[in-house]
Amino acid sequence: MVNKFLSGVSMNKDISIKVCMGTGGIAAGGVEVLSSFEKAFAVKGIRASVEKNCSVHKVGCRGFCARDVLVDIIINGEKTTYQYIKPDMVERIVSEHIMSGTPVGDWLVKDDYHTFHNKQVKVVLSDCGEVNPEDIDSYIDRGGYEATKKVLASMAPQEVIETIKTSGLRGRGGAGFPTGVKWDMAIKAPGPTKYLICNADEGDPGAFMDRSVVEGNPHAVIEGMIIGAYAIGAPYGYVYIRAEYPLAVERLHLAIKQAKEHGFLGKNILGKGFDFTIKVKLGAGAFVCGEETALIASIEGKRGQPRAKPPFPVQKGLWGKPTIINNVETLANIPYIIRKGAAWYAAMGTEKSKGTKVFALTGKIQNSGLIEVPMGIPLREVIYDIGGGIEGGRKLKAVQTGGPSGGCIPSSIIDTTLDYESLGKVGSIMGSGGMVVLDETDCMVNVAKYFLQFTQSESCGKCVPCRIGTKRLLEILTRITEGRGREGDIELLETLSSDVKTSSLCGLGQSAPNPVLSTIRYYRDEYEAHIYEKRCPAGVCKDLLSYSILEEFCKGCTACTRVCPAGAIIGEKKKPHKIVQDICIKCGACFETCKFKAIKKG
Amino acid sequence: MEDRLEEILTRHLENEGNLISILQDIETEFGYLREDVINWVSERLDIPPAKFYGIATFYAQFHLKPKGKNVITACCGTACHVKGSERLINSLVKELAIPDGENTSEDLKFTVEKVNCVGACSIAPVIIINKTVHGKMTSDKLMKEMKTLKEGKREYIDYI
Repeated sequence: MVNKFLSGVSMNKDISIKVCMGTGGIAAGGVEVLSSFEKAFAVKGIRASVEKNCSVHKVGCRGFCARDVLVDIIINGEKTTYQYIKPDMVERIVSEHIMSGTPVGDWLVKDDYHTFHNKQVKVVLSDCGEVNPEDIDSYIDRGGYEATKKVLASMAPQEVIETIKTSGLRGRGGAGFPTGVKWDMAIKAPGPTKYLICNADEGDPGAFMDRSVVEGNPHAVIEGMIIGAYAIGAPYGYVYIRAEYPLAVERLHLAIKQAKEHGFLGKNILGKGFDFTIKVKLGAGAFVCGEETALIASIEGKRGQPRAKPPFPVQKGLWGKPTIINNVETLANIPYIIRKGAAWYAAMGTEKSKGTKVFALTGKIQNSGLIEVPMGIPLREVIYDIGGGIEGGRKLKAVQTGGPSGGCIPSSIIDTTLDYESLGKVGSIMGSGGMVVLDETDCMVNVAKYFLQFTQSESCGKCVPCRIGTKRLLEILTRITEGRGREGDIELLETLSSDVKTSSLCGLGQSAPNPVLSTIRYYRDEYEAHIYEKRCPAGVCKDLLSYSILEEFCKGCTACTRVCPAGAIIGEKKKPHKIVQDICIKCGACFETCKFKAIKKG
Repeated sequence: MEDRLEEILTRHLENEGNLISILQDIETEFGYLREDVINWVSERLDIPPAKFYGIATFYAQFHLKPKGKNVITACCGTACHVKGSERLINSLVKELAIPDGENTSEDLKFTVEKVNCVGACSIAPVIIINKTVHGKMTSDKLMKEMKTLKEGKREYIDYI
């Protein structure tokens, strides 16, 4: 028997559901939410398209991963967005919103969701979240591969290069080298065999721009590669991608397969006599492989160690042939520039930094997620307008950009604008787009040590300044944080840093001391407090701390006893507890757990 | 063993493979790079085992020792670091009785691994338990997860 009301729903309404299912969305339960919708529809006999659409963190990737699972309900073209959705909430949404037409008010996104988007300008991410990354047709419907058709039908390679030059696009991997100029060098390199490599070895800790783009809109990257390959005359392409990004790898493989089936890859593309194939190579977990010559060595199956330049890869690259390496975000910009024109792109940004930049805004920020902003936007607007300020009402201390190769921007110069030049002036770098927000509870010496630990363990060991220099820098930082700092350590760090910077072979070593230099520049007093007063002002370095229980506040609830991994807390139920200092490992678990603020740190 | 290896080698000989991709496949097939396996491949391809060893020790992805039945991966990216990943790792190592300087428990039940960044920074700190990503992890939640794992109560679904 057909229920009249229900059949009316399915006939009159065009219903579509989009669930966020990137790495973040899946972690928050995206798979379960999606299947709950499918189940509810089956039970109620509603016909709807439940799309797995999205990019990053699924919901049509607005990049607002902190609110996952985000769900879009689109009825007759009208979109409503829900946040923090769990599988058990689906039933109510289906019956109240979809069937009766009244959205569940409490679960809708609030104003701050819209503020998050208002100051953003999306180019690379414009289709992320709108297209289904697993379906080439959904990309084509939004104008995808138009740029490929235009280039192959009506533009000479040199013309493509001129367009990219005029757009002012600079490499988004970190160094900011003008992309058009790079391509120009490649087209002039002799020989028929050339390679175009897409660098998706996003190794910076605290960055996930490239993963999001590949997961959310892999075809934009492929299209960028096709156009680039046509411009420089490269018949072969590689995507070097981290094995740590399984979902991105899977979607990339699928996208390449679909592009081949549609005639955008392979022999005689679109009947225009241009051949181009793409192979995927999985990185095996080495940060240094982000460096061009190391990346090439890795694709060749060797240890990923860099070599001296010149010859540059554009002269002698993969298997000795001219090779161009472009970053994921750089390539994903290309189709949009070709479609909308160089002038459109160049109109955004500052004089020397054109277009937009994608950042992974993370750390102690209210709205963490993936954002795309025009170059030249003041950092303040990113932190307070888009990011919604600092978590838990605490004070901003610094913003770290550029990962292990970058530096810290202290809150005092928060009006610094985000472009290659301004960031360089304040001692940081644009980098690939990692932006980690630090608050007053973060210790800057510890942050410097964290990055040095990273670069030291990732140093390939080929050149002495980097191999031994980073080790010594780390040793000095370690002793400072452990209360064994000596007079003169700050000066020693400065001298050693400048030696490592000037004499290392590749970018890893040349930039490794940056976090040390920039934290000394702005937070010298913190270093001094560690060395001379044996004190960590932020209360992070555990050797300079001790934990104790304030008897007057302790209720004897035993919560701390249960979380203490060392068994250092003693005391009877309902009576004040005590921490045995000799056993305490200063992990801070009790401090986090106590609801009565009875644990004192200091 | 030999059949499985022949299959891997054929696949790579046909598709312009290299030592890294061969090792990646061996790692997936056998769980880690077993010495006898590497020696066999080395003879078969006439490439010295030192070459394989050089690559295996260079890249973080390869393991020279067997992994535990349950693999717990802790993200050590910047965002996770400032949100307390170090404390999570310390409590994991203690809870699962991982010996000093090792990453696998003696009964081969648990392996605790650190990775540089899994790129899920907005839900930091992140712990991956048998390929399932868990965001916004706390010591409490983690200990509960470990308890269910130890009791063998949970089957994790491999989404990725």
